[in-house]
Amino acid sequence: MRILVGVKRVIDYAVKVRVRPDKKGVVTDGVKHSMNPFDEIAVEEAIRLKEKKIAKEVVALSIGPTQAQETLRTALAMGADSAIHVEVPAGELERVQPLHVSRIISKLATEGKFDLVMVGKQAIDDDCNQTAQMTAAMLDWPQATFASKVEKDGDYLKVTREIDGGLETIKVGVPAVISADLRLNEPRYATLPNIMKAKKKPIKKMKASELGVDLTPTIEVISVEDPPVRAAGIKVDDVDTLIAKLKEAGRV
Amino acid sequence: MMLVRPGINKCISGFGGRALTKETKKCFSLNSCHFKVSACPVYGEDHREIQNTLKKIIDQDINPHVDQWEADGAFPAKEVFKKLGNAGLLGITKPTEYGGSALDFSYSVAANEQLGAVHCGAVPMAIAVQTDMSTPALARVGNDRLKREFLAPSIAGDLVSCLGVSEPGAGSDVASIKTRAERKGDDLIINGQKMWITNGCQADWICLLANTSAGPPHRSKSLMCVPMDTKGITIAKRIDKMGMRSSDTAQIFFEDVRVPADSIIGEEGMGFTYQMQQFQEERMAGIALSLAPMDLIINQTIEYARQRQAFGRSILDNQVVHFTLAELQTEVELLRSLLYRAVESYVAGQDVTELVSMGKLKSGRLVREVSDKCLQFWGGMGFTNEVLVSRMYRDLRLLSIGAGADEVMLGIICKFMGTLPAPAR
Repeated sequence: MRILVGVKRVIDYAVKVRVRPDKKGVVTDGVKHSMNPFDEIAVEEAIRLKEKKIAKEVVALSIGPTQAQETLRTALAMGADSAIHVEVPAGELERVQPLHVSRIISKLATEGKFDLVMVGKQAIDDDCNQTAQMTAAMLDWPQATFASKVEKDGDYLKVTREIDGGLETIKVGVPAVISADLRLNEPRYATLPNIMKAKKKPIKKMKASELGVDLTPTIEVISVEDPPVRAAGIKVDDVDTLIAKLKEAGRV
Repeated sequence: MMLVRPGINKCISGFGGRALTKETKKCFSLNSCHFKVSACPVYGEDHREIQNTLKKIIDQDINPHVDQWEADGAFPAKEVFKKLGNAGLLGITKPTEYGGSALDFSYSVAANEQLGAVHCGAVPMAIAVQTDMSTPALARVGNDRLKREFLAPSIAGDLVSCLGVSEPGAGSDVASIKTRAERKGDDLIINGQKMWITNGCQADWICLLANTSAGPPHRSKSLMCVPMDTKGITIAKRIDKMGMRSSDTAQIFFEDVRVPADSIIGEEGMGFTYQMQQFQEERMAGIALSLAPMDLIINQTIEYARQRQAFGRSILDNQVVHFTLAELQTEVELLRSLLYRAVESYVAGQDVTELVSMGKLKSGRLVREVSDKCLQFWGGMGFTNEVLVSRMYRDLRLLSIGAGADEVMLGIICKFMGTLPAPAR
């Protein structure tokens, strides 16, 4: 089995994001970026499937500017075998939406004869949670989203999913698309010898146009705003005042 | 909806989910700051990748325990070193035959800069002792037996090392040490004592500086590897210190301690010279370690001063506060630039003693200024043991004393400037 795993370069989780003065996005210049944490979990799971001999090869994919190669190097240092970088200049990156990403992934999955596509359930920058689902639809493959456990079951994969109110276990045939949830695993960190080895692993570069994917956006960003600042509360002396205040505010 | 992964100190919200660093302890973690991408001309992608790995270990396996270790007055060096050893971080510059990665010194500096993100001074210091203080000479000129027995397991994180230079009568004045190692047949017999030895209580071996002959002080000393369980070694005292609380600091006695003569690192009589070379790396490591704590407390002070109200406005809105913090951050950036310049020259093979001495002096002075001025803006909170700024105030005070005191650095700089008077007769 060959696995294609998608990794997105996002603003680091510890950074407090700031809205750009033109209100069309957030400040990304000079800000620390790293691999989307959910994608890291997907990479880890793919590598574990390889270590369990369920998979033969793990290929990491990232779409973005030159710096996306740093994210791919991280995936390679964790244990992916090779990588594909679909280059999109930094200035055009905001045009790339989950629909385009899904088109690129499905194209590569078909051309590269992959048996499994793995991605994080969502990226922590736009929180879209769409790529896995749309990719499965385009490929017409079964999907197992929000996976918290992936096991082999004969010719199938048994996937435990986190859903409202509990866990659901489903069986999917391969080829399939899996999206990783938080509790699937704890990703390893790249060791220094593996960081050095990763430099020798190949990264194949290509453009979206070479895959026949048009990056014209289907959504226009009108305005990006800071979340409203929470107003200070007040302390009341007793229950009567509380009820009076709530009535005043029209809550009871 | 918050989904908390058990076991790790991080949570990622499931919907609308930026991952957040969960604040489990007081206000020690930095929850928002202007994270800057380090613009070091000598740092490339690999340097940053090493820093990322180290950051993960710090976030998961070190910072969540620091408060407890500080309260206990000790940290489990074996456990922490093994994790770092497994990640290959204890042998960055060391030869590959002994498990290292044989990278240039800039990679070690990048790691040390990241190591400054640990929420105390003691643990980074202990790690730097292992990587940049007790092992550089051994890696450079040690014989194969010593490298296999002491270097390889120290790189793997299986052995903890310490450096035995200072004595009660000789701290910064290295030439005056009294400990002797006399040759008897194929052995060396060591007698004397060492003082203020970091990692001394937990160490498996010591990189010891001792007199091996009676000649002139700069040619009479040798560095040697001595297992700490050798008969005749007594750890007399665990020294109680004002800061660096979780680091163990020992006073060690040597009484007729017998080791094979080939325990000498490199050439006999060259110990002082090796130690002086070793000091350059130690001092650059020290400067690198001092940067992140200063960034951290300046940022925490900004956050605290912004939300703390006095006389009808935030503390931060007082010009003396925000201007002072701007001045301090400026100084930090200048020190950072000096370090990078020194590292660049050192990697290119140049003698950096003068520049490194200036950097070491400035680092020792600046951490005192930054921690003192920031602490002042925390008011009463700053005087409690509940905040990082007071811990750093205590811990970082050592930087003007250890690894060559400020006054020793001034002496070295004066020597280069040609202004040092001739020694008194």
